[in-house]
Amino acid sequence: MEKETIISARNLTKKFGHFTANDNLTFEVKKGEIFGFLGANGAGKTTAIRILCGLSSPTSGEVEVAGFDIYRETEKIKKNIGYMSQKFSLYEDLTILENIKLYAGIYGIGRKQRKTKESELLQKLELENVKNKLIGDLPLGWKQKLAFSVAIFHDPKIVFLDEPTGGVDPVTRRKFWDLIYEAANNGITVFVTTHYMDEAEYCDRVSIMNAGKIEALDTPAKLKEKYTATNMDEVFLKIAR
Amino acid sequence: MIFVVPIMQMLILVFAATYDMKRIDLVVVDHDMSENSRHLIAQFDGIPFFHVHHLEQSEKLAEEKLLNDEANAILVFPVDFERNLIRNDESKVQLLINAIESNSAQLIYAYSANIIADFNKNIIAEWKGIPEFTPPVKVEITENYWYNPELDYKWFMAPGILAILVTIIGMFMSGMNLVREKEIGTIEQLNVTPLKKYQFIIGKLVPFWIIGLFDLAFGLTIAWQVFDLPIVGSLFTLFFMAGIYLIGVLGLGLFISTVADTQQQVMFVSFFFMMIFVLMGGIFTPVESMPDWAQSINRLNPIYYFMRVMRMVILKGSGVADLLQELVSLSILGITFLSLAIWRYRKTA
Repeated sequence: MEKETIISARNLTKKFGHFTANDNLTFEVKKGEIFGFLGANGAGKTTAIRILCGLSSPTSGEVEVAGFDIYRETEKIKKNIGYMSQKFSLYEDLTILENIKLYAGIYGIGRKQRKTKESELLQKLELENVKNKLIGDLPLGWKQKLAFSVAIFHDPKIVFLDEPTGGVDPVTRRKFWDLIYEAANNGITVFVTTHYMDEAEYCDRVSIMNAGKIEALDTPAKLKEKYTATNMDEVFLKIAR
Repeated sequence: MIFVVPIMQMLILVFAATYDMKRIDLVVVDHDMSENSRHLIAQFDGIPFFHVHHLEQSEKLAEEKLLNDEANAILVFPVDFERNLIRNDESKVQLLINAIESNSAQLIYAYSANIIADFNKNIIAEWKGIPEFTPPVKVEITENYWYNPELDYKWFMAPGILAILVTIIGMFMSGMNLVREKEIGTIEQLNVTPLKKYQFIIGKLVPFWIIGLFDLAFGLTIAWQVFDLPIVGSLFTLFFMAGIYLIGVLGLGLFISTVADTQQQVMFVSFFFMMIFVLMGGIFTPVESMPDWAQSINRLNPIYYFMRVMRMVILKGSGVADLLQELVSLSILGITFLSLAIWRYRKTA
């Protein structure tokens, strides 16, 4: 069963001066899949994800996201994607509700629809009692779940997650992945970068980057077979070495 | 902060930034020790802000007082002061003034010249004995100072300080706010949304526009209550012009912060513009007496126009019709700076 392609990159290259951060990346992401983008720190994951979100322009290569060209139709892409950056970037000096209202407003979600989704969200994340608290006062794990929920609040076609679980405990990480699965079940394509190899197992397909290049791209099972490894950790070490 | 800044600025700066001389220390070196020299010294002594020290017997000692800032000026009577006066009907005194601050020096000179002229008049009257007909003074000038009849320096400074206050809020707060979002990363989250560039800039502009006008109102109230600053013109005109002015300054502040990456950079660049604008804008020194090239630079200086607007509206009661040139210039600057900010703001790096 061939699924529709939602992200396609051909020979995507990004250079900063003489440094090549992304070297001829070619990959496709299918609609509805959870696509893991793995690599060590500095391998070029964040650079690639920022290009796909329209935060940065590629030096060369052809890229289409949600059917739109990355050079000419950046603003159309932005209507169809959600993004959660490595660094927590909701407004810490606003309350939970105020942040939701702000982003709902920016994406043009009507008042009525917002109210319904808002209460669903608060219930799901168990944040009803603190909805009028400043986000800055929340523990990191809660912040990240909230940031993810805000990123998909407008039902985007794709959500880009840049190391969403950095610095949180395994239990919270597990809960975070429940949220990711839920979004994927609702038809949202998930593009996630991570360097936790246990998380790689949760992905439908993963690509492994090293020094700006994609070294491997397949399902976790096939990668383990190919590199004769028992887990993704071993696969990663073999490739990165 | 929004309340404290205007209060401090109005109360401290307006009182402090004055050219009025409150105290002049004058050292007298009297080599003549005559009745007439004592008479002239007494006249200086009679002026409240002249503090006469006639201790020194030599110019050298007096000069030391000038050097260590104990004195502002030295008055020297030559040995034959009285003799020349009687014999030749004229005589000389020497006045040495510390001119490190040229403004004060000129004031001291002007005061002293007046006192000596008075002395002349009296002495001629005394000797000739018929003061009603001589000396033959032909024209007497009587002054009538319009718009600030008592020449209250505070009335001149207060509108200027208010203009600076509005400028600081406009330039620094908007700029710092935007670049802070860059530093903490919240701007990324906005940049991946379909938010339009102009919407973003206007969103950054409006809150500070309101704060700026609010602080102007606040500062104006202080000036009116504390300094009895008369507000002759209409408040509507004043706030209308201030509103246009603020768009320009906010635009400039935002433009700077779209280029800069850190708060330090914004501070540095804003401060640079602020210094030039303020010092050239005419708060301390009249723009009309600046060289031509400086006056041409001032055409691009929003503070120059706004300073004029503030003083003209507050002290003279000028209306929008009298301020047409300022209105046009401020509007052009406002549109330009704002467009620059929108143009330079990049959602994609």
